[in-house]
Amino acid sequence: MTVASMTAGGASPGRVIDAPVVYKDDVVRWFMIAAIFWAIVGMLVGVVIAAQLTFPALNLGLPWTTFGRLRPVHTSGVIFAFGGSMLIGTSFHIVQRTCRARLFGGFASEFVFWGYQFFIVMAALSYVLGGSQSKEYAEPEWYLDIWLAVVWVTYLVVFLGTIIKRKEPHIYVSLWYFLAFIVTIAILHIVNNLAVPVSFLGSKSYSLFSGVQDAMTQWWYGHNAVGFFLTAGFLGMMYYFIPKQVERPVWSYRLSIVSFWSLIFVYIWAGPHHLHYTALPDWVQMLGMTFSIILWMPSWASMVNGIMTVSGRWDRLRTDPILRFMIVAVAFYGMSTFEGPLMSIRAVNGLSHYTDWTVGHVHSGALGWNAFISFGALYYLVPRLWGRRAVFSENLVRLHFWLGTIGIVLYITSMWASGIMQGLMWRAYDSLGFLQYSFVETVAAMHPYYAIRTLGGLCFLSGVLVMAWNLWMTVKAGEPAETEAPPAPALQPAE
Amino acid sequence: MANVYSVHDVLQKHSIKLMVGILAAVSVGGLVEIAPLFMIENTIEKVEGMRPYTPLELAGRNIYIREGCYLCHSQQVRPFRDEVERYGPYSLAAESMYDHPFQWGSKRTGPDLARVGGKYSDEWQVRHLIHPQDVVPESVMPSYAFLAATPIDGSEIADHLRALRVTGVPYTDDQIAHAAADFSAQGSAEGADADFDARWPKAASRDFDGNPEKLTEMDALVAYLQMLGTLVDFPKIVPDADFNR
Repeated sequence: MTVASMTAGGASPGRVIDAPVVYKDDVVRWFMIAAIFWAIVGMLVGVVIAAQLTFPALNLGLPWTTFGRLRPVHTSGVIFAFGGSMLIGTSFHIVQRTCRARLFGGFASEFVFWGYQFFIVMAALSYVLGGSQSKEYAEPEWYLDIWLAVVWVTYLVVFLGTIIKRKEPHIYVSLWYFLAFIVTIAILHIVNNLAVPVSFLGSKSYSLFSGVQDAMTQWWYGHNAVGFFLTAGFLGMMYYFIPKQVERPVWSYRLSIVSFWSLIFVYIWAGPHHLHYTALPDWVQMLGMTFSIILWMPSWASMVNGIMTVSGRWDRLRTDPILRFMIVAVAFYGMSTFEGPLMSIRAVNGLSHYTDWTVGHVHSGALGWNAFISFGALYYLVPRLWGRRAVFSENLVRLHFWLGTIGIVLYITSMWASGIMQGLMWRAYDSLGFLQYSFVETVAAMHPYYAIRTLGGLCFLSGVLVMAWNLWMTVKAGEPAETEAPPAPALQPAE
Repeated sequence: MANVYSVHDVLQKHSIKLMVGILAAVSVGGLVEIAPLFMIENTIEKVEGMRPYTPLELAGRNIYIREGCYLCHSQQVRPFRDEVERYGPYSLAAESMYDHPFQWGSKRTGPDLARVGGKYSDEWQVRHLIHPQDVVPESVMPSYAFLAATPIDGSEIADHLRALRVTGVPYTDDQIAHAAADFSAQGSAEGADADFDARWPKAASRDFDGNPEKLTEMDALVAYLQMLGTLVDFPKIVPDADFNR
């Protein structure tokens, strides 16, 4: 492959390093703009629905503004719109740099951008208008699912095509993770959304599976949306941006191999821990629990590899707020991937399931890990993509870091308190052996924690607004970089 | 000796081999956990009393899905002392075998609804849906007053039954042929006739929303809520070693 492209280009063999590659950065820039936009929208809706749980009058009594219809707008907005735009955008950036090849497929990458954004807008509209199919994190109906499948396969073709025409012998570790993310999400999406439409002109469909089988398929999908969208994909981001920002190679190449294969093999088994003590057969529950606990190790292997990449440069954490975002993100990743296996133990899950503890757990991962590593990547990428020397204001990055961190702490501590309290109140008995609390007493007890959670969300959102302004000023008023940035030096695989 | 590193050394230099390796690694777990659920016979218990939803109940269930009720209400009673005392007998796999998709939920901001059928009067349900805080002051549930103002008809419900039959729900030709008529009859003030009762055992027919003038989404949703968890006759269930617990 390499030889063919060299002769076609007329370059002399062995001198391929000198051949300039014109990277396709437009589409990456668009994805970054979209990511910032969707972060604001998705988190704003999150704050609104948190406020609705605190003050139900904010549901406004309109069909379109109730919690039930807005909640999928929040989850899809932050996971698929913000997270997805970050993942596709950074993967397009990274695959070009680490392969030293321009994106494959001409306008296919533009199609991926517009097709994906169209999907997001249509999905959000459909939720608000009442078109959800009720599978969590897979709410869009069949016609949007087919559209997304087309866009996603195109994404795979662009990504894989770029790897195939690479001018580097090795496929860099980030790309293993991105490839696993793209391939597995395609499988999960297609299988979980198998459905029979009522008519070809209507939006309504019925899931092909029912009851137990449908529940298992849904949480096989749901947990691996976490495993492959929010973990594998974002680890791909981590493995590129942390070494870049700290200017050190990945700490352990062998650890990255072991953790990659064990992570993707083990993650897929963990879904049944969402269905403990349900009508799902016990043998599946036990398998799910066992693999969820095993999953702790590959998760922490990736964390150790990310954090130890800074070893020898720890002083930078004090002076470089962008690196601080990235490293604290990995620390939150470690925390939530410890909490997850803990919560997957049946006895613990009996208490935590159906409560806010789960919500807090998800947000320590989503805000602490996914959002923070994305912010780090944005602060790294935006100046480079727009040819600026540095971020407009480093002090505003520091402010963003603390607004974000305080927001997360308020969010997860309030959810721990309310979740564990609610779980305990449900199972409390009085001295005569009667249930001590009616359900609604547990709802009333949640009120102060819901208020604190809303405040935490508001704090986090205001940090994002600070970032948006800072990056806007970087593009608008930042000093131009002195020279055209040279092509990224080839990353040497560690031996 | 071929260890993980030497295998990986091949894969990391060949994108298609790498992709095949990934496909192999991520396929195992799903195949082992999901495929047997379709084949092992005692995954779903044999119980008496389960029947597919009536046309009106199905429409109510679709409103439940449309409004995202499952985001705050589970439909799955776990086999714990406190849950069985609070909600009723724990849920069986058979009880959701006609649920496309399932509605077990993942969060209880509000109480479990697997056995809410018959627990409250129609009037309570309607008042609660119109303004939850009128009957439960501490509730954080939104108002669904608009359901009572939205008329509904069964002109397309037969298509829904047909689609469900494709997925495996055993709707009979007779049930599909009378779907539209049964839809209206179940929510009418005078109630349905004996043919309806024969087609849909244990189905209640009455004016559910307190407004005999017209059939509304409120009728459908309340009809659905009032039948939840009522089909299986629990005193007749004998614990069976073949079951899953």
